[in-house]
Amino acid sequence: MQIPELERKSIQYRRTILSSIAQAGAGHMGGSLSCTDILNVLYNRVMQVDPANPTWPGRDRYIHSKGHSVEALYAVLADKGFFPAEKLATMGCAGSHWVGHPTRKVPGVEQNTGALGHGLSVAVGMAIAAKQDGLATRVYTLMGDGELTEGSIWEASMSAAFYKLDNLTVIVDRNTLQISGRTESVMALEPLAERFAAFGYAVRTVNGNDVAALVDVFAQTPFAPGKPNLILARTTKGKGVSFIEDAADWHHHVPTAAELAAALAELDQAEQHWQERYATLATR
Amino acid sequence: MQPLQPGSPNQQIFADTLLELAKHDRNLLIVTSDSRGSGRLVAFGKQLPAQVVEVGIAEQNLVGVAAGLAAAGKCVFAVSPACFLTARGLEQIKNDVAYSDQPVKLVGISAGVSYGALGTTHHSLHDLAVLQAFNNLDIVIPADNFETRAAVEAALTHPRPLYLRLGKKAMRHLHASDTPFTIGKAIPVRRGDDVAFLATGETVEIAVQSADVLADRGIAASVLSIHSLRPFDEAAVLETARRVQAIVTVEEHSVHGGLGSRVATLLMQAGVTPALRIVGIPDEYTWTGSQQEIFEHYGISPAGLAATAAGLLEGRPLAVGSTGAH
Repeated sequence: MQIPELERKSIQYRRTILSSIAQAGAGHMGGSLSCTDILNVLYNRVMQVDPANPTWPGRDRYIHSKGHSVEALYAVLADKGFFPAEKLATMGCAGSHWVGHPTRKVPGVEQNTGALGHGLSVAVGMAIAAKQDGLATRVYTLMGDGELTEGSIWEASMSAAFYKLDNLTVIVDRNTLQISGRTESVMALEPLAERFAAFGYAVRTVNGNDVAALVDVFAQTPFAPGKPNLILARTTKGKGVSFIEDAADWHHHVPTAAELAAALAELDQAEQHWQERYATLATR
Repeated sequence: MQPLQPGSPNQQIFADTLLELAKHDRNLLIVTSDSRGSGRLVAFGKQLPAQVVEVGIAEQNLVGVAAGLAAAGKCVFAVSPACFLTARGLEQIKNDVAYSDQPVKLVGISAGVSYGALGTTHHSLHDLAVLQAFNNLDIVIPADNFETRAAVEAALTHPRPLYLRLGKKAMRHLHASDTPFTIGKAIPVRRGDDVAFLATGETVEIAVQSADVLADRGIAASVLSIHSLRPFDEAAVLETARRVQAIVTVEEHSVHGGLGSRVATLLMQAGVTPALRIVGIPDEYTWTGSQQEIFEHYGISPAGLAATAAGLLEGRPLAVGSTGAH
């Protein structure tokens, strides 16, 4: 998928996220909106997956370690055709598999996540298996920045470097906010790039809300032979809706009807701008 | 009665069996947390280095990596001391293995009070209680070398997450080599209709010796090796409970939440209520010594179990507070 289409997809995914959280009456708005562009680029440009055959052995693997941002994952998987979009309306309903953190009951989900600090170890195991079997499989996992205080992340990081997993790409959604406030005031993480580099990753920093920049950085993997890849994606929590952006209160706030209408209006405007921009490009 | 013939530590049989199987199956991996020595897997590491994934002393990562390997189609045995595996790695066992339905074989070595005088940090007296409360995790605790070998072979193709609990004491042979073994099916070792010992793991051998002590006193005891806590052989337990006057459960675990609790809840709810005593490690600051000394201290000995069984048959009630739950 080309950059303009990817940009439009991000707007559409954000619309789905807002609507599905409003309808379910629960969800993690801020983190889902911050990682939307990353998931968009992964599923529409980077990864080899087959929605008609979700367990196709040759597929690339994605582990959603920041499991609470499940609405972004559901929006992308539904759009890709892993399951009918109507399933999104069952989010939070009794008996639905579309629960508040991903499970393998949902087609396209590789691993049940939600407790933080688990995804990376599982991804390391998958990447080791791919290396042992001589497969071209690439493994991706997305972690939140608040998640990085979990000690298991650093256990897993040591093993990723030890086993020279250059087929593993770890993305950090660095939106600088967690539920209680700024990460640096809750438990300081910086200097994050240096810390990951010291653990043996080849690190790149990128604007994680810029699909073109993301496409570019993913295309550069492996960054260094024999080293696991780490993409420090600088993002804005709540990206795409002015009054949700960079506000800790929106971590899992559910929009009122008026807030939903205002947010969707902003996204409509963004899509209109997108049309104008690419119309101009086309006439040049 | 013939004296039981001496055998090897179950952990040694586990390691030997696994090495043998792994030589014919490159897809079989062990994941270890600096635990190859205690798991008797040094030979495995030397002969099949490509089939070892070492993660260092990092039990959370051990379990998570094992789940990822299993998800990718590997046959994975994650081996670590039971005390650390099932406490440090507990959330990974719950979510990455059981909830995510990744068919990892978790192997808790030197379980219970195998480490003896190393103290409570190294004891696992909680593992059966917590793991029984997780859905989708089968639990197997072999009693002797035969059960261990059969359990490892069965684990190879077991379709669900599995916890295999092993000790390091040299065990005596309880079963003939043609005894049928199925995960979830208890194995009768002795038959008698006065009292029954329902035992698991390394305590089965002691229950058998105790049955011999009771036989000398004219008391006929059944001994059942309940090597699987999940699936749990309800039919065998009920059949036994219906024909004896008293049941003594025996386990190398806290008296809370293990085999005894499982048996008691089944019998009470089924309305089958012979006299019952749960023998294990009571709820107190654990007295320290070798495994055998700890066992003897808490009445897990041929004489101690015989006295408990005889007391039950005589209608001696449990002294309130004697399980340490106060």
